[in-house]
Amino acid sequence: MSINGAPLHGPTAIRDKAAIVGIGNTNFGAVYRDLDPERSAFDLGMEALRNALDDAGLKKSDLDGLIVVRIPGYTRFAEMLGMPQLRLVNVLEGGGRMAGVALQYATMAVATGQAETVAVVYGNNGRSVGARYGGEGSRTPSPDDTAPYETMYGFTSPGAAAAMMWHRYQYEYNAPDDGLAAVAINNRKNGALNSNAVFQKPISYDEYVNARFIAEPLRLFDYCIINDGGVSFIVTTAEKAKTLKHPPAYIGATYAASNLNHNYHVQDLWWEACQDVSRRVYKEADVTPSEIKCAEIYDNFTPTIVFALEGFGFCERGKGHEWVRGGRIELGGQLPVNTCGGHTSESYMQGHALICEAVRQIRGEAGARQVPNADVVQYNCASPITTATILHR
Amino acid sequence: MTVAEAPTRPKPIPPIFKVNQGFWEGSKVGELRLDHCIDCEHIWFPPSSSCPNCLSTNIDWKAVSGRGKVWSWIWMHQRYGWAFDSEVPYLLVQVNLEEGPSFVSTLVGVQKADIRFDMPVKVTWQERNENQSVPVFTPDDTERPSGAPFGEE
Repeated sequence: MSINGAPLHGPTAIRDKAAIVGIGNTNFGAVYRDLDPERSAFDLGMEALRNALDDAGLKKSDLDGLIVVRIPGYTRFAEMLGMPQLRLVNVLEGGGRMAGVALQYATMAVATGQAETVAVVYGNNGRSVGARYGGEGSRTPSPDDTAPYETMYGFTSPGAAAAMMWHRYQYEYNAPDDGLAAVAINNRKNGALNSNAVFQKPISYDEYVNARFIAEPLRLFDYCIINDGGVSFIVTTAEKAKTLKHPPAYIGATYAASNLNHNYHVQDLWWEACQDVSRRVYKEADVTPSEIKCAEIYDNFTPTIVFALEGFGFCERGKGHEWVRGGRIELGGQLPVNTCGGHTSESYMQGHALICEAVRQIRGEAGARQVPNADVVQYNCASPITTATILHR
Repeated sequence: MTVAEAPTRPKPIPPIFKVNQGFWEGSKVGELRLDHCIDCEHIWFPPSSSCPNCLSTNIDWKAVSGRGKVWSWIWMHQRYGWAFDSEVPYLLVQVNLEEGPSFVSTLVGVQKADIRFDMPVKVTWQERNENQSVPVFTPDDTERPSGAPFGEE
């Protein structure tokens, strides 16, 4: 099976040709507690990039590619970076789906020689400037806007879309009211081991089920944080990676598949997109889900983790809500998930911080939350643009 | 809350543009009119100026049955400082129309305990202003002309 009849993939063009060699971020907890209406996404991204360059042992002049995400413009960022002359440069919108896309583009560029060393830079000042993901927007409506057809009913937030999907899932697969508790509790438990996490206090089962509903059936602890911060990662060729400071996190494969409509939500709960990506990403990287030592899973809302675990083949379709119970996704379990605390505990960096955590695990740098022998790690994101990337030692 | 204290801010409503004019004209007479392709008979929502199936611009508006099934629903509890705050928790549903397109909307005329997945619903209208009513849905107890209960085909 394939999308629109296209072949599953052509030659294994990118396998192990590129690696992530530098990761960097801002502090997340401190900036969460210190709102600054003048805080700039450019500055947050720059701080993260400085850290990523230091981490890699690279100079800014080693970069010939730049992909900025959520930062409002590549021109100003390249100017601030003092690197006006680049070979690959662009901006991606500030959506959670874009972390995997940015990594895919950087990998393609490096693997095909469009650029040698590409920095992905993400900056988010949303909390300080009062970004909201629900309620009435402030944009002047245009004939092409479709959001007003939902806003007129009071439906505006991606969380409401996730709730719509999860409720249907509960019906189709008989998932109980507390079917997401293990996922929400796991994220907070891992965040407690992360000194940079916004929320470092675990939550109990009672705290989870007694928390208020936001979009019923989703509760407070099913929701991501909104916080400021910056994240950067640097992709370069396998040859160059071998000469740098840290062991490379090789990119075994990275693929995407979309399912786009004017609603955020889709009625197959991202199943086909996840399956399409799975068929290609596991084949090219030559791994199976059982060989993956930990998974960093995009989690704007907790149902996404369950959909991804099923869609990417870690468990049977419809069984994810049972599979996550009993410590299976916790540190020490069969498949530790979101070891840094994810978007509900560490930071809402729209996927980018999870990619950095995957690299830390590959390197064995994750400290108290290190998964033993994490030689193969997956980042995935079940969303309108579904992506998965296999990183390995 | 007394009437005098009730929020006066209106619920948002999409502006009328050329691309959606037929939809809103239908709303005034209680017809759910969707984009229809004269060349390939495709029906779609939200409105756009070309057919997503065959890309033709030879399109018009077609009144559809207004019948569908509830795919899922949620209760919104969060307040965002707007007109819906006074109604929390309020009901939002995803309705799949018989003709294909899927709608976010709400249900009226049904008790909370009586909402079911895949329950048959039909369109009804809530007036927002003299030119625009929004389609909402209500349980559809009528049998279809064939006599077959909707949803078992």
